[in-house]
Amino acid sequence: MRSLADGAATGLAVLSTVLVVAPLVAIFVYLVYKGANSLNLAFFTHNPAPEGEPGGGMANGIVGSAILLGLASVIGVPMGIGGGIYLAEFGRGTKFANAVRFTADVLNGVPSIVMGMAVYALIVFWQKHFSALAGGVALGIMMIPTVCRTTEEMLLMVPHAVREAALALGVPNWRSVLSITVKTASPGIITGCMLAFARVAGETAPLIFTVLGNPNWSVNLNEPIAALPLQIYVYALSPYDDQHRLAWAGALVLIVLIVLAVSLVRFVTSRGVLKGAS
Amino acid sequence: MGVGIEVLSLNAWYGTNHTLQDINLNIPANHATALIGPSGCGKSTFVRCLNRMHETNPIARVTGTVRIGELDIYNDAKPVEIRRSVGMVFQRPNPFPTMSIYDNVAAGLKLNGYSNRRALDEIVEKSLKNSALWDEVKDDLKKKSGASLSGGQQQRLCIARALAVDPEVLLMDEPASALDPVSTSKIEDLIFQLKSQYTIVIVTHNMQQAARVAEKTGFFLNGRMVEFDSTHKIFTNPSDKRTEDYITGRFG
Repeated sequence: MRSLADGAATGLAVLSTVLVVAPLVAIFVYLVYKGANSLNLAFFTHNPAPEGEPGGGMANGIVGSAILLGLASVIGVPMGIGGGIYLAEFGRGTKFANAVRFTADVLNGVPSIVMGMAVYALIVFWQKHFSALAGGVALGIMMIPTVCRTTEEMLLMVPHAVREAALALGVPNWRSVLSITVKTASPGIITGCMLAFARVAGETAPLIFTVLGNPNWSVNLNEPIAALPLQIYVYALSPYDDQHRLAWAGALVLIVLIVLAVSLVRFVTSRGVLKGAS
Repeated sequence: MGVGIEVLSLNAWYGTNHTLQDINLNIPANHATALIGPSGCGKSTFVRCLNRMHETNPIARVTGTVRIGELDIYNDAKPVEIRRSVGMVFQRPNPFPTMSIYDNVAAGLKLNGYSNRRALDEIVEKSLKNSALWDEVKDDLKKKSGASLSGGQQQRLCIARALAVDPEVLLMDEPASALDPVSTSKIEDLIFQLKSQYTIVIVTHNMQQAARVAEKTGFFLNGRMVEFDSTHKIFTNPSDKRTEDYITGRFG
């Protein structure tokens, strides 16, 4: 009877795992099936072909997305981590911290298109033109709540004994927080940053209102630039089969690039980890 | 070298709970002093008042005077300065999990801005030798994490970490209660060696341990210090009936 229950529980766990992994695998397989044929060197080296002409690539979109995500990370990661450190270490129990936490949770629930409109009103409207900068700000703001709340949760999981050990050595509190607590929690904090990064990497709606898109090559932060999700969106709606195929290829490239970026960060940050460290 | 500790009418609270009531005693320099008593009697709170760790809890409060050597620690100095000269070893070994063995020992100095590599190497070696851990870890100082050691080794690592900042006083809050008998006897041997250089205050539940390592023993009960005398006197001929009852196992 007991082994039956054990088998049932294990079976359920395996089934759940399969159900969790299956959609990702299905999406990936379908993208490869639809898009891999259109992947060639030109896809990575050429800009989109003029309307109605065959060929072309998404070189500008790949670079544009990299710029936007870089900008977003520069804004979202430090602000999110800083906020998380405040919530967990310095503002614990204060009314202000509770207000910040509540705001972050609400911000997390704001639909991305609303974020695009807000940044449109705050930046694009006053600058009177669309720009990469506005898009980076929109994506960066979207990263903040996820980074902030995971940082807080991870810091709170650091055992009290570790903090006490640092304080008992005569280490000032701020130093102990930065060098001991944050360092101990860093694997979890990095995971939070990666989640936020991956989440905004595929965002399209906020970019429509801020970056606009650009069929030509541009790396100027003050101009509209191309971005992979925008290009996919435009091509998917186009009447040409060739562009549909390019949209599939773009989606495949986007997913692969996200996976690569996340793996790279994991690889770089896991080096130097000591034997036996948990 | 160690210095003596003078405690005058020390009172401590956690919220409204009056955990220490009017404690007066003189702890001699370069000796080991044991504090015994049942759980919740205030002995841990007492040692935490000696390096001002008590007040790191936001609801905690302290009144009274504690002099360590010439220094009135509640009036003449900041908590971080005191904690550098009064080291502490906790009940459960608490090495920094992300740091190597070397960095664990050097942590107190490094985090206070000390960066002379050669001097650090020497201090780390000396501290690990003083805590009788050197021979076991010298080959993978920078390769292994402090958390990869056994419990007894981790506790000796924590002692080395406390010694590295060159304190005058070493507080030990039940340092062996989470360890097996072999590791416990190693820690006790260590206390025996260290007390010639440091003033040691050790909280313990284990009365044999107090008898083995300490010259002086204080008995705490319900937030008060019932009796403080030479260890021999406390264990053979205590003046107070309550001490005798506790020693002979009638309660606690």
